[in-house]
Amino acid sequence: MEIVINFFEKNGLIVAFVAVGIISYLGFLISKHVLKNKIPGAAVSILLGLIVAYFAGLHTGGSKGIADISIFSGMSLLGGSMFRDFAIVSTAMGASFMLIRQTGLAGAISLVLGTTVSFVGGSVIAMFFGYHDAKSIATIGAGACTFIVGPVTGAALQASSEVIALSIATGVVKSIFVTISTPFIAPYIGLNNAHSAMIYGGMMSTTSGVSAGLAATDTKLVPYGALTATFATGMGCLLCPSVFYLILEKIL
Amino acid sequence: MVIYGVSFLGACYILGQLVGEFLAKWIGVKANVGGVGFAMLFLILAHDYFNKRNLFSAEAEKGILFWSQMYIPVIVAMSATQNVVVALDSGLLAILAGVIPVFMCFACIPLLVKLTKSPLNN
Repeated sequence: MEIVINFFEKNGLIVAFVAVGIISYLGFLISKHVLKNKIPGAAVSILLGLIVAYFAGLHTGGSKGIADISIFSGMSLLGGSMFRDFAIVSTAMGASFMLIRQTGLAGAISLVLGTTVSFVGGSVIAMFFGYHDAKSIATIGAGACTFIVGPVTGAALQASSEVIALSIATGVVKSIFVTISTPFIAPYIGLNNAHSAMIYGGMMSTTSGVSAGLAATDTKLVPYGALTATFATGMGCLLCPSVFYLILEKIL
Repeated sequence: MVIYGVSFLGACYILGQLVGEFLAKWIGVKANVGGVGFAMLFLILAHDYFNKRNLFSAEAEKGILFWSQMYIPVIVAMSATQNVVVALDSGLLAILAGVIPVFMCFACIPLLVKLTKSPLNN
């Protein structure tokens, strides 16, 4: 047994290929036979991944889902930002530069609007829950942008570690919720072309949520949504601890 | 050869991410600013440039296509390594602050699509 465990740990990435293959196979099986193709296989697989992460987290008490179980530690490499970003870049092969240029301005507007709406929404909710100081409110509001903007803003404003933890949790909830809800909401908001996908990427801000949400909806849209979404974290880190915080301080 | 495609993709990735790092440093932000976005633009433009001159073999293209087909599996792995427990157990504030703004943003999308599409069509 020890030999097997040691072997799995040493060959983490390969184990991850096998594990993801099995999750995907189950996902496509459930999609086809249980859900009668009403929910795409990719979406079911991603959801299965989240469920696995939940039970693994309960079991280990760690923060990295299944990767906290040592034999599956390679999952954090395959699912980490390096492979994710590399795979996202590769999807650009099929993208049309014409379409991107046409929607460029709309994408830029959506970036600013998405950051603003998320920050305002998150801040108002923080106020409802009894936070009165601009630092804490801004940090939670920033967490409503992405789970990176939250702690970056919190650190810049020297918010308490409890509030920073809360802002990270807010961002993680957002990322997961965007992942799950996108395929269901897509038909109602016209998310079926490059133009709306670029706006969606900017509005939603969270790269992980957008890339997983679009993967579950329609892979053709991935490059367009991901293109704008990858600018959103930078935009949030730029606006939240500076302009937005100062405005918030004036209002309070 | 397949490796040419993978290497080409890797070069675009490195260049783009570095631009994102330097741009962040330049505007004083502690995160990568659009590195992936720049990498995607480099890939699209450079691929187009080489393709027009017949310098991009079908074999090399396979090296890039492989990774774009690995995209969903990578996302599945990413999902399986998320901190789902903290998301569900972190209390009502984190859940509401994570969910309600998303609905507000969803609501803005059709509006923004309408506003930005009309001048292009005319």
